[in-house]
Amino acid sequence: MSEYVLEMSGVCKSFPGVKALDQVQLKLRPGKVHALMGENGAGKSTLMKCMFGIYKMDAGQILMDGKPVTITDPMDALKKGIAMVHQELQPIPARTVGENIFLGRYPMKKALGFIPVIDHKKMYDDTAELLKRVRMSFDPKQKVGELSVSQMQSVEIAKAVSANCRVLILDEPTSSLTANEVEALFRIIGDLKAENVAIVYISHKMDEILRISDDVTIMRDGRYIGTWEAKELTTDQIIRQMVGRELTNLYPSKSNKPGEIVFEVKDFTSINPRSFRDVSFQLRKGEILGVGGLVGAQRTELMEGIFGIRSHIKGQVFYKGKELHINRPKDAIDQGIAMLTEDRRGSGIMGVLSVADNISISSLNKYLDYGCFINGKKVEQLVQDNVQKMNIKTPSSKTQIKSLSGGNQQKVLVGRWLANNPDVLILDEPTRGIDVGAKYEIYCIIADLAKEGKSIIMISSEMSELIGMSDRIMVMCNGRVTGFVDGQEATQENIMAYATQFN
Amino acid sequence: MEVKKEVSFAKKFAKIVTGNPIVFLLLIAAVVVGCLKDNFFSWANLTNLMSNTAIRFLIALGVSGCLITKGTDLSAGRQVGFAAVVAGIMCQRGDYNGRLWKFLPEMNIGLVFLVVVAAGLIWGLINGLIVTKLHVPPFIATLGTQTIIYGISLVISDAQPIGGFQKIYTTLINGRIGDVKGFHLPYLLFVAGVFGVAFWFIYNKMRFGKYMYAIGGNDVAAEVSGVNTTKTLIRIYTTAGIMYAVAGYLLAAKSGGASASMGQGYELEAIAGCTIGGVSTTGGIGTVPGILVGVLVFELLKIILQFLGVNPYYNYVVQGLVIVLAVSLDIRKYIAKK
Repeated sequence: MSEYVLEMSGVCKSFPGVKALDQVQLKLRPGKVHALMGENGAGKSTLMKCMFGIYKMDAGQILMDGKPVTITDPMDALKKGIAMVHQELQPIPARTVGENIFLGRYPMKKALGFIPVIDHKKMYDDTAELLKRVRMSFDPKQKVGELSVSQMQSVEIAKAVSANCRVLILDEPTSSLTANEVEALFRIIGDLKAENVAIVYISHKMDEILRISDDVTIMRDGRYIGTWEAKELTTDQIIRQMVGRELTNLYPSKSNKPGEIVFEVKDFTSINPRSFRDVSFQLRKGEILGVGGLVGAQRTELMEGIFGIRSHIKGQVFYKGKELHINRPKDAIDQGIAMLTEDRRGSGIMGVLSVADNISISSLNKYLDYGCFINGKKVEQLVQDNVQKMNIKTPSSKTQIKSLSGGNQQKVLVGRWLANNPDVLILDEPTRGIDVGAKYEIYCIIADLAKEGKSIIMISSEMSELIGMSDRIMVMCNGRVTGFVDGQEATQENIMAYATQFN
Repeated sequence: MEVKKEVSFAKKFAKIVTGNPIVFLLLIAAVVVGCLKDNFFSWANLTNLMSNTAIRFLIALGVSGCLITKGTDLSAGRQVGFAAVVAGIMCQRGDYNGRLWKFLPEMNIGLVFLVVVAAGLIWGLINGLIVTKLHVPPFIATLGTQTIIYGISLVISDAQPIGGFQKIYTTLINGRIGDVKGFHLPYLLFVAGVFGVAFWFIYNKMRFGKYMYAIGGNDVAAEVSGVNTTKTLIRIYTTAGIMYAVAGYLLAAKSGGASASMGQGYELEAIAGCTIGGVSTTGGIGTVPGILVGVLVFELLKIILQFLGVNPYYNYVVQGLVIVLAVSLDIRKYIAKK
């Protein structure tokens, strides 16, 4: 018998243009909590999805009890005793706890001796039993939609336990839990350890990691850095291993000079109590303000709140000393603010429409003849100007934007916003999913805009990008601003220290 | 060189045929029927086809905005019926015994037109407000208003057929230009033409049209880009209401009578016509010429079935099959591209 219940080794996985995993290994001991750590995009989730059969590995092998296995899909993983509680829970809110737990594998019985029907009594009895095991005392017939987030999570864990799992993956399980709920979760984890279940624990929260984990594996940029025993490590050591990458010369030199304060946000608070709160910051003319933080720090939500996509209950926004009242994006745009959203497909491009339609949609007022008819030549001129200025590769202005590469789509969207000649630009992960060459071009555009005197807010989850581009970095954690770092003095360590300030 | 050119032309032609299979199947069917039946290729039949298509085209233009923005409007047919009933009642002769609204003097038919259009505008506005402000999905919202509107039509018409129109109402709208061997250009054709051109301009050259396509392409992105999606959607449903009112006003005169059941099922014909004409059910795609072709082809289908002497009940079966086939082929185009 092997010492490990599950071993992954030499795992490689590529996506078009990106090598997400490169020779990664992970060894899980039964009855131990194994923390998997790394920056956003280090490949933790990809590795787990390979283990759980959601992704197919390009190379590498998985051993269970020392014997090689192939995991074809999540159903297969469950059969082999691997269960996963996803970061974003996906329950069916209108169905009961029992139905959610036994979805797809309902206990059956024969009515009248031959009609197969669901054995509801057995299902709810079993559910009650399972809930007891995870120390939850609610009714198995309660609708999942009525539960709190932590209770839903317990249901997910109960579901995993019901599969008699030997390996349980918890992906950021505490990101939306209160302190008490975290304690409850830790008690469940303790029980599972006692039952010899191996637990993979993905989290950014250092104190939790050091408290509950036995082993720690650190990944960086899709590579395996090492595995240590938790008691040998300190927070500082973990952070250094997570971020310790060399900064390469991937950024254009900047020559912008931040001027007077033009834009100010005061006490901005979301309508959602778990989202951003009491955020205040200032932005200078010609300044690039980076916004750093971990996934779930509510950076996107904050900026979308300012831009009028999400609601706030408290707070003010000032532009050149005048207060702005923004209820929908149009209000912000009319005041000279632009926002390049994070989710390019979801809230950026209009896929089936042409490049010309996509680039002109927010500035159509500029191309009108007689105040109402759109002048096609002016729109074409806009497209051609942008194609030249930003080196956009498109067969024609009539091409559907969805057939362009991600980088070119992004440039079209940048062009869309620049057509309005905004003074404040909010860029949310402007280089996500874009290849290295196009990235550099986008950095150059950003640097040029700042030089022209435009004020830029750039959310980024890439440390090196934040440090390489920003004049100043605002760091958020858990909905609050935890600190500002000057661009010159920024290091991955001091940003990470603010980003993990959970209290 | 010349050979090469011909190959590319053949390829282009093949692409058009495979891109619009239903259209070409029906054209072939029309040719076949035309060869079998003597009267099919007659001027009278062509005139008939044109005036039928004209009114259906107006309704299809109305519903097209809803479809392009991923919505629908099931109240279209009942709105047409409502407009026909109101127009019919108000256009009755002053000396007609069966007048419903005796308190009214004999009305100017131009004024009636304005009243009917205003009523259509209000129905459309109500649909738009339900969809945008109450966030009821368009399918359900317009299912509800469809029933409401039918009920009101029954109430105001007393569920009776309405006749006794002023002569000028029927003659003007059924008017036509020229008479060559039974071939005429009905006025309705010009009305449809004017609206067709106007819609082409709105859809291609005006902000409203661009915003409509943007919402259909990605409503979140449209909102983020500064499109007031609420206002645009309300306008789309309101415009649709106006188009149904125009169609209803014309339809009553064309038929020489009106009743609450008029226009029943027209919403489905209009949606079918749009879909056959390439309006995508996934949103963001659809052109005015395409809609015209779709409606024309659907009317052609009806006439073909009529000439073949198919039992009228079976007509519905065939029409239904064509709708399903058209949409499934349309969706295949997008699946293949993924």
